Amino acid sequence: MPSLGSDMEAGTLVEWLKAPGDRVGRGDTIAVVETQKGAIEIEIFEDGVFDELLVKVGETVPVGTPLAVIVRAGEAAPDASAPKPERSETTSPVSAAPEPTKGPLEAVPAAVAVDAQTRASPAARKLASEQKLDLSGIPGSGPDGAVVLADVTAFSGVPPKAPRKRVDLDAMAEAVAAAMARSKREIPHYYLCHKIDLTAALDWLEAANASRAPDLRILPGVLFVKAAALALAKHAGFNGRYTDHQFQHSDAINVGVAVSIRGGGLVAPAIHNTDRLDVQALMAQMRDVVGRVRSGRLRSSELSDATVTVTSLGERGVETMLSIIYPPQVAILGFGSITERPWVVDGDVKARRIVEASLAGDHRVTDGHRGAALLRKIDRLLQDPERL
Amino acid sequence: MNNEEARAIFFEELGNIAPEWDPADIDPAEDIRDAMDIDSMDLLNLVIAVHKRLGIDIPEPDYSHLTTIDGAVDYIVAKVKS
Repeated sequence: MPSLGSDMEAGTLVEWLKAPGDRVGRGDTIAVVETQKGAIEIEIFEDGVFDELLVKVGETVPVGTPLAVIVRAGEAAPDASAPKPERSETTSPVSAAPEPTKGPLEAVPAAVAVDAQTRASPAARKLASEQKLDLSGIPGSGPDGAVVLADVTAFSGVPPKAPRKRVDLDAMAEAVAAAMARSKREIPHYYLCHKIDLTAALDWLEAANASRAPDLRILPGVLFVKAAALALAKHAGFNGRYTDHQFQHSDAINVGVAVSIRGGGLVAPAIHNTDRLDVQALMAQMRDVVGRVRSGRLRSSELSDATVTVTSLGERGVETMLSIIYPPQVAILGFGSITERPWVVDGDVKARRIVEASLAGDHRVTDGHRGAALLRKIDRLLQDPERL
Repeated sequence: MNNEEARAIFFEELGNIAPEWDPADIDPAEDIRDAMDIDSMDLLNLVIAVHKRLGIDIPEPDYSHLTTIDGAVDYIVAKVKS
């Protein structure tokens, strides 16, 4: 059970997306876990063969509990007599999260259920039951001819239905409150605001969008996120995590984009390597992730990998944001509403479109002087939007 | 296309964007961004959906027409006619 944030203690397994015998690769999603932040898809970071499920659907287990056994590519399945990976007891509530266990692997194919007629994996059996299929009529491609999930899917032609979990807003509010209380308790915040003339960036964006189909158009918020990511590449002290009483810089710039959930709640999933995406690709990723926030299908790495957060309440008319840092991050950048204001350009007063950018920084790691330089860099980048 | 047909299509696409709400419960003159907690990404997705379904061009300066149900119905009917 991966930790999907410093405030997470446990998660409940909602669904297995892979069955014993399935080949899995880095980046595959293998399970859905319910957390205080909604239903999260758990990714895997090894290539291998899915071997044994150690946690049942419906179980709540602490962070660090092994969920399944994977036999890595090129590795032999371990002896069946080898000790199983240790796991904590099902808990609710949880008082402490254990360290992840690195125990020996379990033998194949322990999780393939056997009944009087047909060998089949639990996921295959469940799907066959849902689709009212006779397992004995489905050719099995798993160990010893066992029917696995892919066999049922191929046989029926109907993919397994993904659950559409609604977010438990009370649980999410509790998680957000805990993180914000910790932030205010532990992080000595400082705040800076900086007005940016956004006219050039918006003129460029509107001209570009005019010739694009709607699904290729880019929102102004994408420019904020990209400019922030590029600026962070030059001001590394704001990108990383503060853990064990010291700042750990992150080479990867994974901007967490704050997304509100209708009816309440907020999450900030990470856009990985934000600085390396062009604005079109960044827009596509932001559309995708916002859609999955709203439908409750975020991935585990999106919740755990953010190195800094960008947020905006400009659409709600807020001009200035004084945000709270999401620990263990050390900075959060805010953007207010874009408003037309009188602005002096070359000695003349002109109507310009202005946005106020703000920074909340962690004074244990950076200071106002460095924060001002970061905001100034974002301003300069937004004056030259073609290069974003 | 008449107003009722346009309204039915808009309700369906709006319901897909914000399934937490029934568009029929919303005051048709009220701004859906306030009434249904629609943000700019939702509004863009709504524009994309209506564009793909009806094949009408909806340039950015016209997005404001889609921010109320009444405005959207009038806009869609006029666009389809033209």
